[in-house]
Amino acid sequence: MTLTIPRLRAKAARGRRRRPLTLVLATAFLVLVAAMGLLAPVLAPHSPDETSLLNALAPPGTEGHWLGTDSTGRDVLSRVMHGARLSLLAPLGVVLLSLVLGTAIGLLAARAGGWVDAVLSRGMDIVFAFPSLLLVILSVAVFGPGLTAPICVLAIAYTPFIGRVVRSVAIQEGARPYLESYRVMGFGELRVTLRHLLPNVLPVIIAQSALSFGYALVDLASLSYLGLGVRPPDADWGSMISQAQSAILQGSPWSGLMPGIAVLLTVVCVNLLGEHLGGSISGKRSEET
Amino acid sequence: MNQPQPVLAVSSLVKRFGSFTAVDDVSFELMPGTSLGIVGESGSGKTTTARILAGLERPTSGTVTLEGRAVGGRSRRDRLWQAGRLQMIFQDPYGSFDPRRTIAQSIAEPLRLHAPGPAERHRARVAELLDQVGLSTRAGEALPRDLSGGQRQRAAIARALGIAPRVLVLDEAVAALDVSIQAQILTLLDELRRETGISYVFVSHDLAVVRYITDTAVVMRHGRIVERGGTEQILRSPQHPYTRLLLDSIPSPDWDLERVARDRRALDAR
Repeated sequence: MTLTIPRLRAKAARGRRRRPLTLVLATAFLVLVAAMGLLAPVLAPHSPDETSLLNALAPPGTEGHWLGTDSTGRDVLSRVMHGARLSLLAPLGVVLLSLVLGTAIGLLAARAGGWVDAVLSRGMDIVFAFPSLLLVILSVAVFGPGLTAPICVLAIAYTPFIGRVVRSVAIQEGARPYLESYRVMGFGELRVTLRHLLPNVLPVIIAQSALSFGYALVDLASLSYLGLGVRPPDADWGSMISQAQSAILQGSPWSGLMPGIAVLLTVVCVNLLGEHLGGSISGKRSEET
Repeated sequence: MNQPQPVLAVSSLVKRFGSFTAVDDVSFELMPGTSLGIVGESGSGKTTTARILAGLERPTSGTVTLEGRAVGGRSRRDRLWQAGRLQMIFQDPYGSFDPRRTIAQSIAEPLRLHAPGPAERHRARVAELLDQVGLSTRAGEALPRDLSGGQRQRAAIARALGIAPRVLVLDEAVAALDVSIQAQILTLLDELRRETGISYVFVSHDLAVVRYITDTAVVMRHGRIVERGGTEQILRSPQHPYTRLLLDSIPSPDWDLERVARDRRALDAR
Protein backbone atom coordinates (compact mmCIF):
# COMPACT_ATOMS: atom_id res chain seq x y z
CA MET A 1 0.00 0.00 0.00
CA THR A 2 1.34 3.41 -0.85
CA LEU A 3 1.04 6.47 1.28
CA THR A 4 0.21 8.78 -1.58
CA ILE A 5 -0.97 8.12 -5.05
CA PRO A 6 0.23 10.21 -7.99
CA ARG A 7 -1.67 13.44 -8.17
CA LEU A 8 -3.13 15.06 -11.24
CA ARG A 9 -0.89 18.04 -11.58
CA ALA A 10 1.65 19.24 -9.14
CA LYS A 11 1.77 22.86 -10.26
CA ALA A 12 -0.67 25.60 -9.35
CA ALA A 13 -0.28 24.81 -5.66
CA ARG A 14 0.26 28.49 -5.10
CA GLY A 15 -2.60 29.60 -7.35
CA ARG A 16 -5.19 29.23 -4.65
CA ARG A 17 -3.65 31.52 -2.13
CA ARG A 18 -2.28 34.19 -4.41
CA ARG A 19 -5.28 34.53 -6.72
CA PRO A 20 -3.45 35.71 -9.82
CA LEU A 21 -4.64 38.83 -11.56
CA THR A 22 -5.63 36.95 -14.72
CA LEU A 23 -8.02 34.88 -12.66
CA VAL A 24 -9.64 37.92 -11.08
CA LEU A 25 -9.98 39.53 -14.51
CA ALA A 26 -11.43 36.36 -16.03
CA THR A 27 -13.99 36.02 -13.25
CA ALA A 28 -14.90 39.68 -13.46
CA PHE A 29 -15.35 39.45 -17.21
CA LEU A 30 -17.58 36.40 -16.97
CA VAL A 31 -19.72 38.03 -14.29
CA LEU A 32 -19.96 41.10 -16.50
CA VAL A 33 -21.03 39.07 -19.53
CA ALA A 34 -23.59 37.14 -17.52
CA ALA A 35 -24.98 40.34 -16.01
CA MET A 36 -25.09 41.91 -19.48
CA GLY A 37 -27.09 39.01 -20.80
CA LEU A 38 -29.43 38.97 -17.82
CA LEU A 39 -30.07 42.69 -17.80
CA ALA A 40 -29.98 43.18 -21.57
CA PRO A 41 -33.59 44.36 -21.81
CA VAL A 42 -32.88 47.07 -19.25
CA LEU A 43 -29.32 47.99 -20.12
CA ALA A 44 -29.21 47.75 -23.90
CA PRO A 45 -29.33 51.22 -25.45
CA HIS A 46 -31.44 49.98 -28.39
CA SER A 47 -33.74 47.15 -29.26
CA PRO A 48 -31.65 44.39 -30.84
CA ASP A 49 -34.02 44.22 -33.81
CA GLU A 50 -34.43 47.92 -34.45
CA THR A 51 -33.15 48.57 -37.98
CA SER A 52 -32.10 51.91 -39.33
CA LEU A 53 -30.82 51.76 -42.90
CA LEU A 54 -29.54 55.32 -42.75
CA ASN A 55 -27.21 54.31 -39.98
CA ALA A 56 -26.03 51.03 -41.50
CA LEU A 57 -22.44 49.89 -40.97
CA ALA A 58 -21.51 52.70 -38.63
CA PRO A 59 -18.03 52.18 -37.16
CA PRO A 60 -17.53 51.77 -33.42
CA GLY A 61 -17.48 55.00 -31.51
CA THR A 62 -20.39 56.49 -33.40
CA GLU A 63 -22.65 58.67 -31.27
CA GLY A 64 -25.31 56.37 -29.74
CA HIS A 65 -23.76 53.23 -31.17
CA TRP A 66 -20.57 52.55 -29.22
CA LEU A 67 -19.80 49.36 -31.04
CA GLY A 68 -21.23 50.53 -34.37
CA THR A 69 -24.09 49.05 -36.36
CA ASP A 70 -24.49 46.13 -38.73
CA SER A 71 -25.54 46.05 -42.37
CA THR A 72 -29.20 46.78 -41.53
CA GLY A 73 -28.33 49.45 -38.99
CA ARG A 74 -28.97 47.39 -35.85
CA ASP A 75 -26.97 48.41 -32.79
CA VAL A 76 -24.12 45.91 -32.38
CA LEU A 77 -23.72 46.51 -28.63
CA SER A 78 -27.38 45.79 -27.97
CA ARG A 79 -27.23 42.68 -30.11
CA VAL A 80 -24.09 41.40 -28.39
CA MET A 81 -25.79 41.94 -25.05
CA HIS A 82 -28.99 40.17 -26.07
CA GLY A 83 -26.99 37.48 -27.86
CA ALA A 84 -25.14 36.72 -24.63
CA ARG A 85 -28.27 35.10 -23.27
CA LEU A 86 -28.52 32.29 -25.80
CA SER A 87 -24.75 32.11 -26.24
CA LEU A 88 -24.28 31.40 -22.54
CA LEU A 89 -27.49 29.54 -21.68
CA ALA A 90 -27.25 26.94 -24.42
CA PRO A 91 -23.72 25.80 -23.52
CA LEU A 92 -24.74 25.85 -19.87
CA GLY A 93 -27.51 23.41 -20.68
CA VAL A 94 -25.03 21.24 -22.56
CA VAL A 95 -22.60 21.28 -19.65
CA LEU A 96 -25.20 20.48 -16.99
CA LEU A 97 -26.62 17.58 -18.99
CA SER A 98 -23.24 16.10 -19.83
CA LEU A 99 -22.11 16.68 -16.26
CA VAL A 100 -24.90 14.52 -14.88
CA LEU A 101 -24.55 11.85 -17.57
CA GLY A 102 -20.75 11.79 -17.48
CA THR A 103 -20.56 11.66 -13.69
CA ALA A 104 -23.06 8.82 -13.49
CA ILE A 105 -21.36 6.80 -16.22
CA GLY A 106 -17.84 7.53 -14.97
CA LEU A 107 -18.63 6.58 -11.38
CA LEU A 108 -20.49 3.45 -12.43
CA ALA A 109 -17.62 2.35 -14.68
CA ALA A 110 -15.03 3.02 -12.00
CA ARG A 111 -16.86 1.31 -9.16
CA ALA A 112 -18.37 -1.63 -11.01
CA GLY A 113 -15.26 -2.48 -13.01
CA GLY A 114 -15.16 -5.68 -15.07
CA TRP A 115 -17.42 -5.95 -18.06
CA VAL A 116 -19.57 -2.98 -17.01
CA ASP A 117 -16.48 -0.78 -17.14
CA ALA A 118 -15.42 -2.32 -20.46
CA VAL A 119 -18.81 -1.70 -22.10
CA LEU A 120 -19.18 1.86 -20.78
CA SER A 121 -15.60 2.80 -21.61
CA ARG A 122 -15.77 1.47 -25.16
CA GLY A 123 -19.13 3.20 -25.58
CA MET A 124 -17.60 6.49 -24.51
CA ASP A 125 -14.64 5.92 -26.85
CA ILE A 126 -17.04 5.46 -29.75
CA VAL A 127 -18.97 8.64 -28.99
CA PHE A 128 -15.68 10.44 -28.41
CA ALA A 129 -14.48 9.42 -31.87
CA PHE A 130 -17.20 11.44 -33.63
CA PRO A 131 -16.52 15.14 -34.20
CA SER A 132 -19.16 16.83 -32.05
CA LEU A 133 -20.04 19.39 -34.69
CA LEU A 134 -20.76 16.64 -37.18
CA LEU A 135 -23.16 15.01 -34.72
CA VAL A 136 -24.92 18.29 -34.13
CA ILE A 137 -25.33 18.97 -37.84
CA LEU A 138 -26.69 15.45 -38.19
CA SER A 139 -29.19 16.12 -35.43
CA VAL A 140 -30.35 19.29 -37.17
CA ALA A 141 -30.81 17.29 -40.36
CA VAL A 142 -32.97 14.80 -38.46
CA PHE A 143 -34.87 17.00 -36.02
CA GLY A 144 -34.93 20.27 -37.95
CA PRO A 145 -33.52 23.60 -36.77
CA GLY A 146 -33.85 24.92 -33.24
CA LEU A 147 -31.62 24.63 -30.22
CA THR A 148 -33.16 21.79 -28.21
CA ALA A 149 -31.87 18.93 -30.36
CA PRO A 150 -28.34 20.37 -30.72
CA ILE A 151 -28.14 20.90 -26.95
CA CYS A 152 -29.12 17.31 -26.23
CA VAL A 153 -26.85 15.89 -28.91
CA LEU A 154 -23.91 18.03 -27.81
CA ALA A 155 -24.51 16.93 -24.23
CA ILE A 156 -24.21 13.31 -25.33
CA ALA A 157 -21.16 14.15 -27.43
CA TYR A 158 -19.50 15.76 -24.39
CA THR A 159 -20.45 13.03 -21.95
CA PRO A 160 -17.27 11.00 -22.64
CA PHE A 161 -15.22 14.15 -22.15
CA ILE A 162 -16.42 14.28 -18.55
CA GLY A 163 -17.11 10.58 -18.05
CA ARG A 164 -13.60 9.46 -18.91
CA VAL A 165 -12.03 11.92 -16.51
CA VAL A 166 -14.50 11.02 -13.75
CA ARG A 167 -13.76 7.35 -14.30
CA SER A 168 -9.99 7.70 -14.09
CA VAL A 169 -10.07 10.04 -11.09
CA ALA A 170 -12.58 7.81 -9.33
CA ILE A 171 -10.40 4.76 -9.91
CA GLN A 172 -7.41 6.63 -8.58
CA GLU A 173 -9.27 7.95 -5.54
CA GLY A 174 -11.02 4.62 -5.09
CA ALA A 175 -7.68 2.93 -4.52
CA ARG A 176 -7.31 4.87 -1.29
CA PRO A 177 -8.10 2.78 1.77
CA TYR A 178 -10.72 5.10 3.25
CA LEU A 179 -13.31 3.83 0.79
CA GLU A 180 -12.47 0.27 1.76
CA SER A 181 -12.62 1.18 5.42
CA TYR A 182 -16.20 2.38 4.92
CA ARG A 183 -17.03 -0.95 3.32
CA VAL A 184 -15.49 -2.82 6.23
CA MET A 185 -17.61 -0.70 8.57
CA GLY A 186 -20.68 -2.03 6.80
CA PHE A 187 -21.62 0.89 4.57
CA GLY A 188 -23.21 0.07 1.22
CA GLU A 189 -21.38 0.63 -2.04
CA LEU A 190 -23.83 3.26 -3.30
CA ARG A 191 -23.60 5.34 -0.15
CA VAL A 192 -19.81 5.15 -0.07
CA THR A 193 -19.63 6.21 -3.71
CA LEU A 194 -22.05 9.12 -3.44
CA ARG A 195 -21.21 10.40 0.03
CA HIS A 196 -17.46 9.92 0.09
CA LEU A 197 -16.04 9.28 -3.36
CA LEU A 198 -18.10 11.84 -5.27
CA PRO A 199 -17.35 14.84 -2.99
CA ASN A 200 -13.67 14.03 -3.21
CA VAL A 201 -13.62 13.98 -7.01
CA LEU A 202 -16.16 16.78 -7.51
CA PRO A 203 -13.59 19.56 -7.99
CA VAL A 204 -12.08 17.67 -10.91
CA ILE A 205 -15.52 17.23 -12.41
CA ILE A 206 -16.27 20.93 -12.09
CA ALA A 207 -12.96 21.87 -13.65
CA GLN A 208 -13.58 19.55 -16.56
CA SER A 209 -17.10 20.94 -17.00
CA ALA A 210 -15.77 24.46 -17.19
CA LEU A 211 -13.48 23.41 -20.02
CA SER A 212 -16.29 21.72 -21.89
CA PHE A 213 -18.40 24.87 -21.48
CA GLY A 214 -15.89 26.67 -23.68
CA TYR A 215 -16.02 23.95 -26.32
CA ALA A 216 -19.82 23.87 -26.25
CA LEU A 217 -19.98 27.63 -26.70
CA VAL A 218 -17.73 27.44 -29.75
CA ASP A 219 -19.60 24.45 -31.20
CA LEU A 220 -22.98 26.14 -30.78
CA ALA A 221 -21.64 29.38 -32.20
CA SER A 222 -20.29 27.42 -35.18
CA LEU A 223 -23.69 25.85 -35.63
CA SER A 224 -25.37 29.24 -35.61
CA TYR A 225 -22.71 30.53 -37.94
CA LEU A 226 -23.62 27.74 -40.35
CA GLY A 227 -27.22 28.96 -40.05
CA LEU A 228 -28.39 25.74 -38.38
CA GLY A 229 -28.78 26.79 -34.78
CA VAL A 230 -30.61 29.86 -33.67
CA ARG A 231 -33.39 30.97 -35.94
CA PRO A 232 -33.92 34.69 -36.67
CA PRO A 233 -35.04 36.96 -35.16
CA ASP A 234 -33.35 35.31 -32.17
CA ALA A 235 -29.65 35.98 -32.22
CA ASP A 236 -26.60 34.57 -30.61
CA TRP A 237 -23.01 35.51 -31.25
CA GLY A 238 -22.51 32.81 -33.87
CA SER A 239 -25.43 33.93 -35.98
CA MET A 240 -24.29 37.54 -35.70
CA ILE A 241 -20.89 36.62 -37.11
CA SER A 242 -22.61 34.72 -39.87
CA GLN A 243 -24.83 37.68 -40.80
CA ALA A 244 -21.86 40.01 -40.79
CA GLN A 245 -20.07 38.17 -43.58
CA SER A 246 -21.26 40.41 -46.37
CA ALA A 247 -20.39 43.49 -44.33
CA ILE A 248 -16.88 42.16 -43.84
CA LEU A 249 -16.54 41.90 -47.61
CA GLN A 250 -17.77 45.49 -47.91
CA GLY A 251 -14.90 46.60 -45.70
CA SER A 252 -16.69 46.99 -42.32
CA PRO A 253 -15.59 44.06 -40.19
CA TRP A 254 -16.91 45.61 -36.95
CA SER A 255 -20.31 44.01 -36.76
CA GLY A 256 -18.76 40.55 -37.03
CA LEU A 257 -15.68 41.31 -35.03
CA MET A 258 -17.52 42.32 -31.84
CA PRO A 259 -19.47 39.09 -31.30
CA GLY A 260 -16.31 37.24 -32.36
CA ILE A 261 -14.35 38.98 -29.64
CA ALA A 262 -17.14 38.17 -27.17
CA VAL A 263 -16.88 34.45 -28.03
CA LEU A 264 -13.10 34.52 -27.82
CA LEU A 265 -12.88 36.32 -24.49
CA THR A 266 -15.62 34.28 -22.88
CA VAL A 267 -14.03 30.99 -23.89
CA VAL A 268 -10.58 32.11 -22.77
CA CYS A 269 -11.94 33.27 -19.42
CA VAL A 270 -13.94 30.10 -18.82
CA ASN A 271 -10.90 27.98 -19.66
CA LEU A 272 -8.72 30.02 -17.32
CA LEU A 273 -11.22 29.52 -14.56
CA GLY A 274 -11.53 25.80 -15.27
CA GLU A 275 -7.80 25.33 -15.32
CA HIS A 276 -7.51 27.13 -12.02
CA LEU A 277 -10.20 24.95 -10.45
CA GLY A 278 -8.37 21.85 -11.64
CA GLY A 279 -5.10 23.27 -10.40
CA SER A 280 -6.34 24.24 -6.96
CA ILE A 281 -7.38 20.64 -6.37
CA SER A 282 -3.90 19.34 -6.95
CA GLY A 283 -2.73 22.24 -4.83
CA LYS A 284 -4.94 21.17 -1.95
CA ARG A 285 -3.82 17.60 -2.44
CA SER A 286 -0.15 18.42 -2.20
CA GLU A 287 -0.70 19.80 1.29
CA GLU A 288 -1.94 16.43 2.44
CA THR A 289 1.25 14.60 3.27
CA MET B 1 -19.21 -29.11 28.52
CA ASN B 2 -18.47 -25.45 28.84
CA GLN B 3 -15.69 -25.24 26.30
CA PRO B 4 -15.33 -21.64 25.00
CA GLN B 5 -16.21 -21.25 21.32
CA PRO B 6 -13.65 -19.62 19.02
CA VAL B 7 -14.82 -16.12 18.10
CA LEU B 8 -13.28 -16.49 14.67
CA ALA B 9 -12.59 -19.70 12.78
CA VAL B 10 -11.00 -19.91 9.36
CA SER B 11 -10.97 -23.22 7.58
CA SER B 12 -9.27 -24.29 4.36
CA LEU B 13 -9.21 -20.77 2.97
CA VAL B 14 -8.04 -20.57 -0.64
CA LYS B 15 -7.77 -17.45 -2.78
CA ARG B 16 -6.62 -17.53 -6.38
CA PHE B 17 -6.04 -14.52 -8.62
CA GLY B 18 -6.09 -16.07 -12.06
CA SER B 19 -3.48 -18.82 -11.98
CA PHE B 20 -1.71 -17.33 -8.96
CA THR B 21 -2.62 -18.80 -5.59
CA ALA B 22 -2.29 -16.08 -2.97
CA VAL B 23 -3.75 -18.02 -0.07
CA ASP B 24 -3.49 -21.80 -0.02
CA ASP B 25 -5.41 -23.90 2.48
CA VAL B 26 -5.18 -21.61 5.48
CA SER B 27 -6.95 -22.59 8.69
CA PHE B 28 -6.79 -21.14 12.19
CA GLU B 29 -8.97 -20.33 15.17
CA LEU B 30 -9.07 -17.32 17.41
CA MET B 31 -10.34 -17.60 20.97
CA PRO B 32 -12.11 -14.66 22.66
CA GLY B 33 -9.70 -12.21 24.22
CA THR B 34 -6.62 -13.68 22.58
CA SER B 35 -4.31 -12.34 19.95
CA LEU B 36 -3.09 -14.19 16.90
CA GLY B 37 -0.17 -13.10 14.74
CA ILE B 38 0.06 -13.78 11.03
CA VAL B 39 3.70 -13.48 10.14
CA GLY B 40 5.34 -13.52 6.77
CA GLU B 41 7.14 -11.46 4.17
CA SER B 42 5.40 -9.41 1.51
CA GLY B 43 3.77 -11.77 -0.94
CA SER B 44 3.24 -14.46 1.66
CA GLY B 45 -0.54 -14.06 1.45
CA LYS B 46 -0.99 -12.56 4.90
CA THR B 47 -2.60 -9.33 3.73
CA THR B 48 -4.91 -11.22 1.37
CA THR B 49 -5.97 -13.37 4.31
CA ALA B 50 -6.71 -10.24 6.35
CA ARG B 51 -8.72 -8.76 3.49
CA ILE B 52 -10.79 -11.92 3.20
CA LEU B 53 -11.53 -11.74 6.92
CA ALA B 54 -12.72 -8.15 6.51
CA GLY B 55 -14.92 -9.09 3.57
CA LEU B 56 -12.88 -7.06 1.08
CA GLU B 57 -12.05 -10.16 -0.95
CA ARG B 58 -14.15 -13.23 -1.51
CA PRO B 59 -12.32 -16.50 -0.96
CA THR B 60 -12.11 -18.94 -3.88
CA SER B 61 -12.99 -21.66 -1.41
CA GLY B 62 -13.02 -22.24 2.31
CA THR B 63 -15.04 -20.60 5.06
CA VAL B 64 -14.73 -17.85 7.63
CA THR B 65 -16.90 -18.31 10.70
CA LEU B 66 -17.65 -15.51 13.16
CA GLU B 67 -19.17 -16.58 16.46
CA GLY B 68 -20.19 -19.85 14.88
CA ARG B 69 -21.87 -18.23 11.89
CA ALA B 70 -20.44 -18.41 8.35
CA VAL B 71 -19.80 -14.99 6.85
CA GLY B 72 -19.92 -13.83 3.24
CA GLY B 73 -23.56 -12.78 2.93
CA ARG B 74 -24.06 -9.74 0.76
CA SER B 75 -27.36 -8.46 2.14
CA ARG B 76 -27.43 -5.27 4.16
CA ARG B 77 -28.31 -7.24 7.26
CA ASP B 78 -25.40 -9.69 6.87
CA ARG B 79 -23.06 -6.82 6.10
CA LEU B 80 -23.99 -5.00 9.27
CA TRP B 81 -23.83 -8.15 11.36
CA GLN B 82 -20.31 -8.93 10.14
CA ALA B 83 -19.13 -5.35 10.45
CA GLY B 84 -20.48 -5.26 13.98
CA ARG B 85 -18.27 -8.18 14.95
CA LEU B 86 -15.12 -7.73 12.92
CA GLN B 87 -13.30 -4.53 12.13
CA MET B 88 -10.03 -3.78 10.41
CA ILE B 89 -7.21 -1.30 10.91
CA PHE B 90 -5.21 -0.47 7.79
CA GLN B 91 -1.53 0.15 7.46
CA ASP B 92 -1.94 3.66 6.10
CA PRO B 93 -3.72 5.65 8.80
CA TYR B 94 -3.88 8.73 6.62
CA GLY B 95 -5.55 7.08 3.69
CA SER B 96 -8.13 5.37 5.87
CA PHE B 97 -9.97 8.63 6.57
CA ASP B 98 -12.11 10.68 4.25
CA PRO B 99 -9.87 13.75 3.78
CA ARG B 100 -12.89 16.07 3.85
CA ARG B 101 -14.23 15.01 7.24
CA THR B 102 -12.98 15.78 10.69
CA ILE B 103 -11.81 12.92 12.86
CA ALA B 104 -14.88 13.24 15.09
CA GLN B 105 -17.20 13.13 12.06
CA SER B 106 -15.41 10.05 10.76
CA ILE B 107 -15.72 8.32 14.12
CA ALA B 108 -19.40 9.25 14.46
CA GLU B 109 -20.41 7.86 11.07
CA PRO B 110 -20.22 4.13 11.87
CA LEU B 111 -21.90 4.88 15.21
CA ARG B 112 -24.90 6.28 13.38
CA LEU B 113 -24.98 3.26 11.09
CA HIS B 114 -24.68 0.63 13.79
CA ALA B 115 -26.49 2.28 16.67
CA PRO B 116 -28.97 4.85 15.36
CA GLY B 117 -29.90 7.35 18.02
CA PRO B 118 -29.85 11.00 19.00
CA ALA B 119 -26.89 13.08 17.86
CA GLU B 120 -26.25 14.06 21.46
CA ARG B 121 -25.53 10.48 22.45
CA HIS B 122 -23.21 9.97 19.48
CA ARG B 123 -21.29 13.10 20.38
CA ALA B 124 -20.80 11.84 23.91
CA ARG B 125 -19.71 8.44 22.62
CA VAL B 126 -17.20 10.02 20.23
CA ALA B 127 -15.69 12.00 23.11
CA GLU B 128 -15.51 8.79 25.14
CA LEU B 129 -13.80 6.92 22.29
CA LEU B 130 -11.30 9.70 21.70
CA ASP B 131 -10.48 9.65 25.38
CA GLN B 132 -10.13 5.88 25.35
CA VAL B 133 -7.41 5.99 22.69
CA GLY B 134 -5.71 8.99 24.24
CA LEU B 135 -6.75 11.71 21.82
CA SER B 136 -7.87 15.19 22.85
CA THR B 137 -11.20 16.72 21.85
CA ARG B 138 -9.13 19.15 19.83
CA ALA B 139 -7.70 16.30 17.76
CA GLY B 140 -11.28 15.23 17.10
CA GLU B 141 -12.02 18.57 15.48
CA ALA B 142 -9.00 18.31 13.17
CA LEU B 143 -8.91 17.04 9.63
CA PRO B 144 -6.89 13.86 9.05
CA ARG B 145 -4.12 15.82 7.34
CA ASP B 146 -3.56 17.89 10.49
CA LEU B 147 -2.75 14.88 12.66
CA SER B 148 0.45 12.88 13.00
CA GLY B 149 0.66 9.26 11.90
CA GLY B 150 0.34 7.98 15.44
CA GLN B 151 -2.67 10.19 16.17
CA ARG B 152 -4.36 9.02 12.98
CA GLN B 153 -3.81 5.40 13.91
CA ARG B 154 -5.29 6.09 17.35
CA ALA B 155 -8.26 7.69 15.61
CA ALA B 156 -8.62 4.66 13.34
CA ILE B 157 -8.67 2.43 16.41
CA ALA B 158 -11.28 4.66 18.06
CA ARG B 159 -13.43 4.48 14.95
CA ALA B 160 -13.24 0.69 14.90
CA LEU B 161 -13.92 0.44 18.64
CA GLY B 162 -17.07 2.51 18.24
CA ILE B 163 -18.68 -0.45 16.52
CA ALA B 164 -17.64 -2.63 19.50
CA PRO B 165 -16.36 -5.52 17.39
CA ARG B 166 -15.31 -8.87 18.88
CA VAL B 167 -12.38 -9.16 16.50
CA LEU B 168 -10.00 -6.49 15.28
CA VAL B 169 -7.86 -7.31 12.25
CA LEU B 170 -4.76 -5.14 12.14
CA ASP B 171 -2.98 -5.21 8.79
CA GLU B 172 0.57 -3.96 9.37
CA ALA B 173 -1.08 -1.42 11.63
CA VAL B 174 2.13 -0.04 13.10
CA ALA B 175 4.48 -0.63 10.16
CA ALA B 176 4.20 2.95 8.90
CA LEU B 177 4.90 4.52 12.29
CA ASP B 178 8.10 5.59 14.05
CA VAL B 179 9.43 3.05 16.51
CA SER B 180 8.55 5.13 19.60
CA ILE B 181 5.02 5.69 18.28
CA GLN B 182 4.79 1.98 17.47
CA ALA B 183 5.43 1.23 21.13
CA GLN B 184 2.68 3.65 22.21
CA ILE B 185 0.14 2.13 19.86
CA LEU B 186 1.08 -1.40 20.89
CA THR B 187 0.69 -0.48 24.56
CA LEU B 188 -2.69 1.04 23.78
CA LEU B 189 -3.79 -2.12 21.97
CA ASP B 190 -2.65 -4.21 24.90
CA GLU B 191 -4.66 -2.08 27.35
CA LEU B 192 -7.74 -2.16 25.17
CA ARG B 193 -7.59 -5.93 24.99
CA ARG B 194 -7.46 -6.22 28.74
CA GLU B 195 -10.29 -3.72 29.19
CA THR B 196 -12.68 -4.92 26.52
CA GLY B 197 -11.79 -8.57 25.91
CA ILE B 198 -11.47 -7.91 22.19
CA SER B 199 -9.47 -10.37 20.05
CA TYR B 200 -6.77 -9.38 17.59
CA VAL B 201 -5.58 -10.81 14.33
CA PHE B 202 -2.28 -9.06 13.97
CA VAL B 203 -0.75 -9.20 10.51
CA SER B 204 2.88 -8.17 10.46
CA HIS B 205 6.29 -8.83 9.04
CA ASP B 206 7.90 -7.45 12.21
CA LEU B 207 8.72 -10.27 14.60
CA ALA B 208 9.51 -7.98 17.53
CA VAL B 209 6.05 -6.42 17.24
CA VAL B 210 4.41 -9.83 16.92
CA ARG B 211 6.26 -11.10 19.97
CA TYR B 212 4.91 -8.22 22.04
CA ILE B 213 1.28 -8.24 20.98
CA THR B 214 0.33 -11.83 20.18
CA ASP B 215 -0.18 -15.07 22.14
CA THR B 216 -0.15 -17.45 19.22
CA ALA B 217 1.11 -17.04 15.69
CA VAL B 218 1.07 -18.63 12.29
CA VAL B 219 3.94 -18.20 9.85
CA MET B 220 2.92 -17.90 6.21
CA ARG B 221 5.01 -18.48 3.14
CA HIS B 222 3.78 -18.55 -0.47
CA GLY B 223 0.19 -18.59 0.79
CA ARG B 224 0.60 -21.58 3.09
CA ILE B 225 0.99 -21.81 6.83
CA VAL B 226 4.40 -23.34 7.43
CA GLU B 227 4.47 -23.13 11.20
CA ARG B 228 2.04 -22.44 14.01
CA GLY B 229 2.03 -22.39 17.78
CA GLY B 230 2.66 -20.14 20.77
CA THR B 231 4.42 -16.95 19.71
CA GLU B 232 7.17 -17.24 22.32
CA GLN B 233 7.80 -20.83 21.44
CA ILE B 234 7.93 -20.20 17.71
CA LEU B 235 10.34 -17.33 18.12
CA ARG B 236 12.53 -19.15 20.63
CA SER B 237 12.80 -22.46 18.84
CA PRO B 238 11.59 -22.13 15.27
CA GLN B 239 10.96 -25.49 13.63
CA HIS B 240 10.58 -24.48 10.00
CA PRO B 241 13.68 -23.21 8.11
CA TYR B 242 11.62 -20.24 6.84
CA THR B 243 10.81 -19.09 10.35
CA ARG B 244 14.49 -19.46 11.24
CA LEU B 245 15.36 -17.38 8.19
CA LEU B 246 12.93 -14.63 9.23
CA LEU B 247 14.51 -14.56 12.67
CA ASP B 248 18.02 -14.48 11.23
CA SER B 249 17.03 -11.58 8.99
CA ILE B 250 16.60 -9.28 11.98
CA PRO B 251 19.63 -7.03 12.24
CA SER B 252 21.69 -7.91 15.33
CA PRO B 253 25.31 -7.51 16.50
CA ASP B 254 26.40 -10.91 15.21
CA TRP B 255 24.47 -10.58 12.01
CA ASP B 256 25.73 -12.77 9.20
CA LEU B 257 24.28 -11.48 5.94
CA GLU B 258 26.13 -14.13 3.95
CA ARG B 259 24.50 -16.89 5.92
CA VAL B 260 21.04 -15.36 5.59
CA ALA B 261 21.44 -15.16 1.82
CA ARG B 262 22.73 -18.72 1.68
CA ASP B 263 19.85 -20.01 3.77
CA ARG B 264 17.38 -18.19 1.53
CA ARG B 265 18.84 -19.76 -1.59
CA ALA B 266 18.70 -23.17 0.01
CA LEU B 267 15.09 -22.59 1.04
CA ASP B 268 14.04 -21.34 -2.38
CA ALA B 269 15.67 -24.36 -4.01
CA ARG B 270 13.57 -26.78 -1.99
